[in-house]
Amino acid sequence: MIHIGLNHYLIVSSLLFSLGIFAVITRKNAIMVLMGIELILNSANINFVAFARYGNFGLTGQLTALFVIILAAAEAAIAMAIVLNIYKMFTNINVDEIDTLKD
Amino acid sequence: MHITESLLVKIALVTLFLPLIGFIVTLLFGKRIKWLYWFENSILIIIFSLSAVLAYLKLTNFTDQTIISEFQWINLGNVPFLKTITIELGIMLDNVTVIMVLAVTIVSMVVHIFSIGYMKGDKRYNRYFSYLGLFTFSMLGIVLTHNLLMMYIFWELVGISSYLLIGFWYEKKTVSDAAKKAFLVNRIGDIGMFLGILILVTTFNTFSFDKIFYQISLGNLPFGTEFGLTLVGVLLFCGAIGKSAQFPLHVWLPDAMEGPTPVSALIHAATMVAAGVYFLIRIFPILSGDALLIIAIIGALSAFIPATIAVTQNDIKKVLAYSTISQLGYMVMAIGVGAYTFAFFHLITHAFFKACLFLGSGSVINAMHHEQDMRNMGGLRKKMPITYVTFLIASLALSGIPLTSGFLSKDGILVGTFAFGSLTGNWWFAATGFLVAFLTAFYMFRAIILTFHGKPRDKKKYEKVKESSFVMAMPLVVLSILSLSFWYSLNPFNPEESKLLSNWVKPPEISVPQSARYDFMKTETEKVNEVNLKEEIIYSSAYTEAIHHAHYPTLFTSATLAFLGILFAFILYQWKFIDPDKLANKLKPVYLLSFNKWYFDEIYYATFVAGTIGLSRVINFFDNKIVDGIVNGSASVTRYLSAFTGKFDNIVVDGFVNMTAYLSGLLGLFFRRFQTGKVQSYLMFVIFSIIILLYIFK
Repeated sequence: MIHIGLNHYLIVSSLLFSLGIFAVITRKNAIMVLMGIELILNSANINFVAFARYGNFGLTGQLTALFVIILAAAEAAIAMAIVLNIYKMFTNINVDEIDTLKD
Repeated sequence: MHITESLLVKIALVTLFLPLIGFIVTLLFGKRIKWLYWFENSILIIIFSLSAVLAYLKLTNFTDQTIISEFQWINLGNVPFLKTITIELGIMLDNVTVIMVLAVTIVSMVVHIFSIGYMKGDKRYNRYFSYLGLFTFSMLGIVLTHNLLMMYIFWELVGISSYLLIGFWYEKKTVSDAAKKAFLVNRIGDIGMFLGILILVTTFNTFSFDKIFYQISLGNLPFGTEFGLTLVGVLLFCGAIGKSAQFPLHVWLPDAMEGPTPVSALIHAATMVAAGVYFLIRIFPILSGDALLIIAIIGALSAFIPATIAVTQNDIKKVLAYSTISQLGYMVMAIGVGAYTFAFFHLITHAFFKACLFLGSGSVINAMHHEQDMRNMGGLRKKMPITYVTFLIASLALSGIPLTSGFLSKDGILVGTFAFGSLTGNWWFAATGFLVAFLTAFYMFRAIILTFHGKPRDKKKYEKVKESSFVMAMPLVVLSILSLSFWYSLNPFNPEESKLLSNWVKPPEISVPQSARYDFMKTETEKVNEVNLKEEIIYSSAYTEAIHHAHYPTLFTSATLAFLGILFAFILYQWKFIDPDKLANKLKPVYLLSFNKWYFDEIYYATFVAGTIGLSRVINFFDNKIVDGIVNGSASVTRYLSAFTGKFDNIVVDGFVNMTAYLSGLLGLFFRRFQTGKVQSYLMFVIFSIIILLYIFK
């Protein structure tokens, strides 16, 4: 039987992080990008909890994870508002086509 | 009423400044208010009365005192190298001053009144009177001042008023030329005077006469030598040479006759030209023996040369002008031989009779409708009796005939030169004096005979001639009465008995060190104690004796010579025993020399004027070719230099700047590619960068 240690958690979290990055970079839809960001945040959460569990930090890691969840919720709300505004402006939420930053 | 010194000072100051007020008011409002010349004239009458009161009070109540009233004008503190200089302004009243003030105001007043008639109808009538006011103010300033600074200021002020009045009819070229000539020639003398004043001030740190005299009497001399004192005396005398038209600067005075005739009477005969002599009288205490000798020589030359010129002139005013120079030469010569009192005496008497002569000639000129050539006159005696009689009296005075003032004063001067001759063995001055006395009588009566006697030579003009009006005749009468001897001395044959000389005007204390004086002017202290403790004998007893001995021979000789001169004039021009033209032909070189005024103008023209023009040509060439060449050369060098730097700027500096810009452009072109505007690609760059950084800093 495989003993599940810190490394396993870290591997899962890095996979999740990579998937998040992948989603953020490749998805055309802004909503999808946001979901990628959520993945990244949650991978960070796994890291916090795992380090808290295996390290000698007390409950600091868990608390930080809780903060991150709240932060993610707030961020999602603001991000959705931005996306709505982008849609109002461009009638479109395709990230590829919104490239006015270039000018 | 108690009479104090400050009262006299107040009267003197009012006398001084009233003409200035007259000048300003008449100048400013004269164009609009036609009657304003009466304002100026009444001011003159007021100051005449004031100066008469002043003279009376001074001569009776303060006979032996010198009243000085001064205030500190500028305190320069401790100037490096000059120690402490304070500049004081103030007036000095001694007997010479008050008598001179009275003479100036009398002549000025009668000239003002005469001018009312003479200048009638002139378009700048009031302007003329305002200038006369300026002149009177300046002249009184010269007379009253007690320091060299004010003396110099007023000296230049009379210069400018003389310039304005000579050039009064400036529309005529000769008139404006004459004014310029008078001004410029005077400048030459004034430079010398200015240098003299500078030397005195830097030596003694004061401008006041009395302080300078005191310092010199203590033995402090300019440059520490007697030569320095002589130098200062001669330099100051230069100013008198210019102002009093002495040889060799006398050329301006005859030309100054272009001005209105009353101006000639006031300025160029009676007062301003006498300012030079007055100045010499003021600085007499510091004139060393050598300086006096130079002064006497210049005076003798100025007495002789113009007298010979006057003999042949045909313009009546020119005759009088040369006679003025000659008489001023007399006075200067008298100063030079130490006859201080007689010089002053002659200055006063000459002021009256010469003013009378000029006004008389003005009366004639006016009646002849501005004809001045005596060859066109003649026979005016019957038509103008008042002018004739007054002119005759003044001429007698000028010739030195007994019972006139001129006899007394001229005799005094001749006595002085005679005594000088017997004391020093130098008889030239006495000889010149007697010769000039003869010439004077001759040319004056030549003028009288040509003008008033004989038959009229210009019938047309003669028909219209009539005697001048009251305002013009009255001054002539006043002045001719003042030319009689009884005003000055009850004994018409002895100038020394005159109250003016024996009581009022005495030689001042000499400040010059004993060794630098004439021998006969040395103070004899022992004698003083024996004779009189109070009175100081300034001249030696030998001098007094010589004067006494010289008296009778001089008197007879000068009177005889004057009569001979008159007789000679009658022989030549009245009775025509000898034809003057034939005589002139016989003595052609002499005649031409005299007629052409000894060629002074020509000589000065050839040397100074042409020299100046030549010099200015040379300087012009220098300017054009050399100075301009240097300027242009440096300009073109600068131009080439700037062209070079321009090129450098354009190519090198701009090249650098452009290259930087070009490189930045290139860089920008490269980096622009990364600026896609796509969020995801930015993120990718970030992630790759982080990965690379992690790899590097692992």
